[in-house]
Amino acid sequence: MEMTPALPRMHEREVGTHPDFLPAGRRTAAQVISRPSLTYWEDAWLRLKRNRQALASLGIVSALLLLTLVGPLFWRVDPAAQELNRISESPSFGVRARVIEEPGTYEELTRSDWPESPAAPERALEIPRAIGLLDEPSILAVRLRWEPVEGAAGYVIYRSDRAPEGAGSYGVPVGEVLGGNRLSYEDRFNLSPGEYYYTIVAKNGMEADRGITRKVVLEPGISLADAQLLRADARVGEILSLPSHPLGTDYLGRDLLARLMAGARISLFIGILAPLLWTFTGVLLGGFAGYAGGRVDGVLMRVTDLVMALPFLLFMILFKVVLGGGPGESGIVPMLLSMVVLSWTGPARLARGQVLQLRESEFIQASRLLGASPAWLLFRHLLPNTLGVILVSLTFSIPSAIFTEAFLSFIGMGVVPPTPSWGSMCNDGIQRFLTYPHEFLFPAVFISVTVLAFNLLGDGLRDALDPKMRSVS
Amino acid sequence: MASYILKRVLWGLLTVYFIATATFVAMHSVPGDPIMGAKAMSPEIRANLERRYGLDQPLGVQYGIFLANMARGDFGISYTQQNRSVNDIIREHFPVSALLGILAVVVATAGGILFGSITALYRNKRPDRLIMLGVILGISVPGFVFAALGQFGLTELNALSGREVLPVGGWGTFSHMVLPALVLGLGTMAFFTRLMRSSLLEIVSQDFVRTARAKGLSPVRIFFSHQLRNAILPVITILGPAIATITTGGFVVESVFAIPGLGRYFVQAVQQLDYTVIMGLTVFYGAFLVFMVIAVDIVYGLVDPRISLGKET
Repeated sequence: MEMTPALPRMHEREVGTHPDFLPAGRRTAAQVISRPSLTYWEDAWLRLKRNRQALASLGIVSALLLLTLVGPLFWRVDPAAQELNRISESPSFGVRARVIEEPGTYEELTRSDWPESPAAPERALEIPRAIGLLDEPSILAVRLRWEPVEGAAGYVIYRSDRAPEGAGSYGVPVGEVLGGNRLSYEDRFNLSPGEYYYTIVAKNGMEADRGITRKVVLEPGISLADAQLLRADARVGEILSLPSHPLGTDYLGRDLLARLMAGARISLFIGILAPLLWTFTGVLLGGFAGYAGGRVDGVLMRVTDLVMALPFLLFMILFKVVLGGGPGESGIVPMLLSMVVLSWTGPARLARGQVLQLRESEFIQASRLLGASPAWLLFRHLLPNTLGVILVSLTFSIPSAIFTEAFLSFIGMGVVPPTPSWGSMCNDGIQRFLTYPHEFLFPAVFISVTVLAFNLLGDGLRDALDPKMRSVS
Repeated sequence: MASYILKRVLWGLLTVYFIATATFVAMHSVPGDPIMGAKAMSPEIRANLERRYGLDQPLGVQYGIFLANMARGDFGISYTQQNRSVNDIIREHFPVSALLGILAVVVATAGGILFGSITALYRNKRPDRLIMLGVILGISVPGFVFAALGQFGLTELNALSGREVLPVGGWGTFSHMVLPALVLGLGTMAFFTRLMRSSLLEIVSQDFVRTARAKGLSPVRIFFSHQLRNAILPVITILGPAIATITTGGFVVESVFAIPGLGRYFVQAVQQLDYTVIMGLTVFYGAFLVFMVIAVDIVYGLVDPRISLGKET
């Protein structure tokens, strides 16, 4: 239908003869509705589309869902598989490593002509004159040797990943040999490719102030046995590309990306299903209370008062202890149940209020007068009119559910290991946060971005769906 | 007024009774029993232990004893720590948590009012946008992330400046409290800021503000004695729930910063399944939170003359 909006009359000389500026015909009826009529949902969608923040959040939420559902199809790494020689590795792509032989049996270097435990000398112990390597160092083992020090009854081996700047900055003591005639040490502790500075300090009761330092550079390597797990025909000396870990690995050598995707399933499953369940329960009970009125309403509302007075997280913890999760269970169902039992009251009050308000409104009375059945009233009028408000409350309860899951898992009361969830991954990561920040940061960022997206989406939905609650801005 | 307070207190007592009963029922339906985890023991020792903790009585009697003890304020003896009563634990560790909580509430309220006022005064200008971005972050980032980041930042700061600007963990002096209180109050502060902003914006267009302006009052005077005072009221209403949030948030912050507070103790007790401590602390925390909310509501009634207590509900 073509429609011309009525324009005020203007001087033709000023506006020329452009058709837009011709006087409107008198016949255009003033009553004709000039825009197509929109349903409530079409209107809401239009409003939401205009809200850039909300649209972006909708995109993020969809991306997250896609990541959980489709991600594992593309990133086919087992979240439980461990690579024990690549623990807490930073994000890496296309790491290539030389296949190396398992080093031969370690034979300690001793000097029979040197005293094992001499008496403590008068003067301070000297610095070993030289430090060397027994054989080629690799990430499997570093074997050090050094010249003996007169009067020493043992040596302490320090390791650091930074060049020492004098005494006291030698790093951590990785080992100690007892006996002045024992002159070598094998370090196999948690080696990874990179530079190491080893320092040998002589000792007899007291440690000497200073030691001798040597820099050791380790190339990326993989033992033959591990390489053969990757490719059966791997041979020593050949360069192999290792599986990449775009987000690094965790403290057990598991791929962080795969675990984040598996964790997303748990966190989003709980974060979305729990609010759905409790909103559904609440709306059902609250709607019923509002519709029935009288004593039923009174009793139900007293019950909600009581449940609302319970400290939420305290009882979440308590219920978790009770419903608990025996061995082999993930602890997801107890968490869902406790959340529903403690959280249905909010939506119940909301639905009750809405129903009470709508019940007395004119259009319901009109419908009733026209002979509508209770079912018709409920499904045609009451429910659609409350749906918007309830949808908004649902969107806002998703972040709170995700928060709750993260909080509980973080204090060790949530999902049971080895089931990953973002909260439990944060809990694992925080203990090593200062040394390996990526283990904590990635799950933390995922939680924050998800909660942020749902919060903004909730704001947008509220502005779009609920004309009474539009935010002031 | 008096009858309103009485009614609220009675209702609060009923709630606490409900909490106690729910806790009792919950803890007694946990599979296994509290002394199961201990070392292998002869039946005589077991019987002795059961007698000591009253576990040989029928459940109904245990419930009665439990309620009577609770009413007297006796929360029982810990199962995992020899000869330590729950009351001792509360007496020793609650002051720490309370101090931390009060500081966090102060931080949250002061910061919320300050930042909320700034956003409202600079509505839709750069300070407003910037602060509101912070608010969105503050609401969306879990408390333990702030705790970890705060600790990390402090470690770096201490390393950079070559001395201890603030301690990274532990408890004792005021300098130990600064970062934990800040971290604990941050989420609530963001929430308060948002609330304060919308409440101030609502008040700007009210008649009494226009009247004040028409009278020729200075903008400063209008802001402080007309707008601010009225805008603070909604913040006071949600102070009760905010205290609950901060209290439970303390569980995490106390664990991260190694603060010997009651929250860390509670988490530990839950992990060790120390039944009496869990029951005692749940009831204690429950009662504390219920009466905090009541107290805040009463104060709200006193502060806002438009609300006459007793007529509502």
